[in-house]
Amino acid sequence: MIAIIDYGAGNANSVKNALDYLGKDSVITSDPEKILKADKVIFPGVGAFGDAMRELKKRKLDSAIKEFIESKKPFLGICIGLQVLFRESEESPNVKGLGILKGKVAKFAKGKIPQIGWNKISSKSIGDGYAYFVNSYYAIPEDKKIIESTSDYYVKFTAAVKKDNIFATQFHLEKSGKFGLEILRKWSNAG
Amino acid sequence: MLAKRIIPCLDVKDGRVVKGIKFVNFRDAGDPVELAKYYNEQGADELSFLDITASYENRRIIIDIIRKVAKEVFIPLSVGGGINNIETIRELLNAGAEKVSIGTAAVKNPELVKEAAKKFGSQAIVLSIDAKRKNNSWTVYIKGGREDANIDALKFAKKMEKLGAGEILLNSIDRDGTKRGYDIELNKRFSEELNIPIIASGGAGSLNDIKNVLTKGKADAALAASIFHYKQYTINDVKKYLKRSNIEVRI
Repeated sequence: MIAIIDYGAGNANSVKNALDYLGKDSVITSDPEKILKADKVIFPGVGAFGDAMRELKKRKLDSAIKEFIESKKPFLGICIGLQVLFRESEESPNVKGLGILKGKVAKFAKGKIPQIGWNKISSKSIGDGYAYFVNSYYAIPEDKKIIESTSDYYVKFTAAVKKDNIFATQFHLEKSGKFGLEILRKWSNAG
Repeated sequence: MLAKRIIPCLDVKDGRVVKGIKFVNFRDAGDPVELAKYYNEQGADELSFLDITASYENRRIIIDIIRKVAKEVFIPLSVGGGINNIETIRELLNAGAEKVSIGTAAVKNPELVKEAAKKFGSQAIVLSIDAKRKNNSWTVYIKGGREDANIDALKFAKKMEKLGAGEILLNSIDRDGTKRGYDIELNKRFSEELNIPIIASGGAGSLNDIKNVLTKGKADAALAASIFHYKQYTINDVKKYLKRSNIEVRI
């Protein structure tokens, strides 16, 4: 069973629709116990870094996510679900992220903001293609080895990270057409 | 770099797509789910639904349509037409829409844009402007293009950008339905003066029109209805043409 974390502002339904379409069992939940019992967890997010962290804390989901990731079971973060894995973001300077990955989240310096639309990603292992992005900020990991995919928006930026049992995408793979569904299918099937 | 988007617009009335009647090879040419799947297969970057009845009773129908489409089509969906309150926006987003567009209600109650952007994020709130040329500028029309609101369209757009609108769906009333090409000057002006993406609408009649509005008009996306509905071109035709012209598109 895949647990999709619902923290009130995310797009949990869209992720559930994609998993249903792929024939994968999933449940939308904000219950830390259910999350810890799941085989896999997806944390989709939209909105601001600070709001997401506040909502996670309010529901005690921050510690549930940390504990789940420590259990070495597969974790997938999407959009803000990638960004909050880092320690800090220029979006909310006074709010600490989960700090599971080292590095920070910075704001795009050029171009229309947010970046909205399809951008091409180059990847180590998940394939190259166009993915759907909606973001004003991007992660800068300290350890460059965890960068799985990059894309370009007036600056080369992190499109996905992979470290041990953690996989996270800045793009919305649940809205990236066949390309995104294929990445989600592979992740759901693996391990 | 970010690809230019091609967006077909589906007008929905009483739960049926209108204007799409020429799709003879469908069992049901007016079924929004069938059409959405068809355009997705062709490579649409996003689907825009316009609820042209938009009464209270019909609101349930469009929400249900979005819910069904979102279960089968995994690209961004946007919905517009008579949206004037937070609760409807919430319901549409929960049903699977990425974005809602607000038109007349933004003119009458700018606070709605501010509140909606705060609650759901700017990326979810599209400002829909029906613009008509007046002297050397453009004025905002409301109520489906029937009434002049006597507001300068560019000033209005700037104000809405400040309040939190994440994109602008910019429809030229002068060109809408004419197939004479988009209003290039309108799109260029807005794109240069604003820092949020512009979706050009109104006037697409040829491949060259789409190319022009994305290059000379500097629009970020092009929306069209009849050229796709009447199968003058497929979305793939458009994208191949744009790619040959060195415009980045998702193929």
